[in-house]
Amino acid sequence: MVPLSAYVAVSAVLFITGLLGVLIRRNFIIVLMAVEIMLNAANINLVAFSHYLESMAGQLVALFIIAIAAGEAAVGLAIIIVVFRSKLATNVDEMNLLKW
Amino acid sequence: MITVFFAYFATVSIVAGVLTVALRNPVHCGLALLAVLMHVSGLFVLLNAEFLWAVQVIVYAGAILVLYLFVLMLLNLKTDERYLHSSYPYFLGPALVGAAYVLFLLLRSPYEGAKGDAPVSAVLEQGDTYAVGIKMFSDHLLQFEIVGIFLLGAIIGAIVLAKTPKPIPRPTGGSERRGG
Repeated sequence: MVPLSAYVAVSAVLFITGLLGVLIRRNFIIVLMAVEIMLNAANINLVAFSHYLESMAGQLVALFIIAIAAGEAAVGLAIIIVVFRSKLATNVDEMNLLKW
Repeated sequence: MITVFFAYFATVSIVAGVLTVALRNPVHCGLALLAVLMHVSGLFVLLNAEFLWAVQVIVYAGAILVLYLFVLMLLNLKTDERYLHSSYPYFLGPALVGAAYVLFLLLRSPYEGAKGDAPVSAVLEQGDTYAVGIKMFSDHLLQFEIVGIFLLGAIIGAIVLAKTPKPIPRPTGGSERRGG
């Protein structure tokens, strides 16, 4: 029997990997992929607690997170296409129009 | 047996997650992300969440990842010489130390709480899809509708953003503008 803390540990490692990806990568598409990794880590946590605490609510929230990830991917990639059309670059440190 | 499967899915998902962040070519990153998603869905099966497994494979691997790969192919990115942010060592060290500390705390803390109303035997008897469906369309109907509205807004927003903009018609009779 796998203890609950093992699932939580896997989820924490995946979340920190995704967070590092957001912080250190320059390509905006890879940054969005790292956000997907973080959302997946949150999903593992929710489903694991839902299983061990015998409640269905965790799986429902995980389902909603998947739907929100789909919307986020669509809008994020549309923004990337718009920026790429005007700048021919997808690096985050070249998108500084709103920086003061 | 479950322990073996758990070890496999956990190890491969973590390794593939690190590869997603660390690989140089964006298409390789996308494929590593596919490995992460499939192995996370394997973890869902171990937790008796077959419905989420199916949703994960269909929505994440089938729709979201294909969208990412489409955009990667469409933009035809060259692999950058410098693909990491310039100040990444300042993030890497503190993140690893913090991660080790969080893991230490997580592994030694007990997890107890009030049990809910969906014991494992009942879920196994009815099936996970049935349990999720009953719960979603009784207690969480409003959230379900809100997610529907959200997805509609996301679709419209993506279309509006990514549409090719119409060229602005020049005022007739004016002199030629020179870009500055």
